[in-house]
Amino acid sequence: MFAYVMRRIMIMIPTLLAVSLIVFVIIQLPPGDYLSNQIAELQARGENVDQSKIEFLRRHYGLDRPMHEQYLLWVWGLLQGDLGYSFEYNMPVSEVVGDRLFLTFLLSFSTIVFTWLVSFPIGVYSATHQYSWTDHGLTFLGFLGLATPNFLLALVLLYVGNVWFGTSIGGLMDDRYIGQPMSWGKFLSVLEHLWVPVIVIGTAGTAGMIRRLRANLLDELRKQYVITARAKGLHPFRALVKYPLRMSLNPFIADIGNLLPQVVSGAAIVAVVLSLPTTGPMLLEALQSQDMYLAGSFLMFLSALTIVGVLLSDLALAALDPRIRLGASTSR
Amino acid sequence: MTITHDEGAVTRRRPEPLEHFVSREPFDPYSVETLTPEQERYYLATQWQLMWWKLKRHRLAVASGILLLLLYLSILISEFLAPYALDSRHTQHIYAPPQSVHLFHEGEFVGPFVYGLKQTLDMTTMKRVYTEDPTKVQPIRFFCRGDPYRFWGMLEARLHLFCPAEGGQLFLLGTDRLGRDMLSRIIYGTRISLTVGLFGIAISFTLGIVIGGLAGYYGGWVDNISQRGIEVVRSFPELPLWMALSAALPVTWSPILVYFGITIILGLLDWTGLARAVRSKLLALREEDFCTAAQLMGARPARIIGRHLLPSFASHLIASATLSIPHMILGETALSFLGLGLRPPITSWGVLLTEAQNINVVALYPWLMLPVVPVIVTVLAFNFLGDGLRDAADPYS
Repeated sequence: MFAYVMRRIMIMIPTLLAVSLIVFVIIQLPPGDYLSNQIAELQARGENVDQSKIEFLRRHYGLDRPMHEQYLLWVWGLLQGDLGYSFEYNMPVSEVVGDRLFLTFLLSFSTIVFTWLVSFPIGVYSATHQYSWTDHGLTFLGFLGLATPNFLLALVLLYVGNVWFGTSIGGLMDDRYIGQPMSWGKFLSVLEHLWVPVIVIGTAGTAGMIRRLRANLLDELRKQYVITARAKGLHPFRALVKYPLRMSLNPFIADIGNLLPQVVSGAAIVAVVLSLPTTGPMLLEALQSQDMYLAGSFLMFLSALTIVGVLLSDLALAALDPRIRLGASTSR
Repeated sequence: MTITHDEGAVTRRRPEPLEHFVSREPFDPYSVETLTPEQERYYLATQWQLMWWKLKRHRLAVASGILLLLLYLSILISEFLAPYALDSRHTQHIYAPPQSVHLFHEGEFVGPFVYGLKQTLDMTTMKRVYTEDPTKVQPIRFFCRGDPYRFWGMLEARLHLFCPAEGGQLFLLGTDRLGRDMLSRIIYGTRISLTVGLFGIAISFTLGIVIGGLAGYYGGWVDNISQRGIEVVRSFPELPLWMALSAALPVTWSPILVYFGITIILGLLDWTGLARAVRSKLLALREEDFCTAAQLMGARPARIIGRHLLPSFASHLIASATLSIPHMILGETALSFLGLGLRPPITSWGVLLTEAQNINVVALYPWLMLPVVPVIVTVLAFNFLGDGLRDAADPYS
């Protein structure tokens, strides 16, 4: 197990490096850097440019150095928690971001838990009642969730919440908690607001999860040991829960690798519609104003979140399923 | 032992000889192996024929396929199908709700017609209120001359499938904030939205086959590098990366260049799944005898991959490509909705949905959300068709 964990972590490091390289290239893609654009704009408006400050920033972030040195500086800064400087907000990125990173994490995590909670009973039900009307109905509902662009679903739920419950669902907490330090009241308020985005983001992933669980469980239920158990008079429920269900639980853990990027993507766009204080809207804003350091930091954070999540899911899977930690080197 | 016992019985009773029949036909040693016509048809069918028969049994997939075929055919004649041109504005009918088609006027059959719209201004909410004016009967004309357009940007024409009565209006799906007909815009948007997926899949197909093919055929370090590369690409959350890449497209590009840029971006991130499928199939297939035979006869790798290996799982590739087109359509819709994707005057369903960005629209002008209906229908149809194809891709199972 230890060897597996070590190997898995060793694989992760070059992946993170490659991702950071790609993100850095994306940051550099737009012509010119933000500083020179800013200076040009300010001068065009006839405003005063604080030369000393710009010189300081230029030197601090190495914008006058060659490309590869800039990259090393950026990565080194990231490792120390210096996410760069947001030129639009005139603040270090880490200050602009505030608790957005934590809220993004919370949102993604709750969405995955929601996906599990919903898809598990539905998947089991459709597998044990294959081709029943309920199965067809649930499958169709799943497809519908897959096909509906979730930003529109968010919009409609926002409206429904406004009309039926009379609450403003936009945002992730009551107005009075915005900018406040984390407290119990704030936490509760966040929980209260969390359900709409969680449902909206969860729908797409839930559909896929249900289909996979259903397929896996069906395969398992057709195997001979299940038939033997049933023939010997074991109660159907027990014959379901004892082994087949456990076997089909693997995809729940293994699929985090597929689910997490999807959830993070979904969260980004839904957050824009619902104006959640997460990374999504700010990423969009940063991209639109070409504040590339800010955008790059967000992109890096989201990718790192995905990579670490996948790592954790792999480790959990290895702990759960001995075949993986013992046979991984031979079968792959 | 039993034999001796039987012989004893035979000698004792002397039974009548059994009635028997000898055919005068010459003896055919293969008679057992002759097939009935149905069997012959089945056994001699090519793989593609078998797949077609299996697909035909999948009703939903066939229906979806036909629907998609019609949609794709419709993009050839969008200008003719749409009652108005893409950008014709009706300043007197801003935010007009969808009109309903009637057949009978005061108990008398008129044929399909709409009632004229009367606009009043609600002085408290400052909202335009449209009511049907039952005195104005405006029959819909068919194969008529309406807004002039350039067919595929070249041929000047005025012919439409249907258009409003002379001097009347026909907004079957309402109008937007500039008084443009939603139905016409959705029909024009089909052209863009559906082709985005096609171009994107062409790019990701090429990448997936080349990279997956090399990795699967050569194995070793080629395989290792491509696997790591795939892992890196897959660990990006798609939408944020799409957003970043399309934000990096130069603002000076013309809308048509942006369109191609977006399709390339969509294709660039989607090839990983296909590459993995190609690789694992190739790894299994290159151990087969026919592959060894080709190698021994001196065929080059490109020929072996292209001529012998790819055709044996082309059906799987088609199925998985069908399943990833809707993904791209949704991606384009999301990007355009956020304002990072296609730009007007290029009109896709996603561009149309940018009008429906806030809650006021849901409350006041819900018909602006209608472009989502074709999105859902197309995505569902592609999914059903893909599922059917995937089941049919293994006709021998």
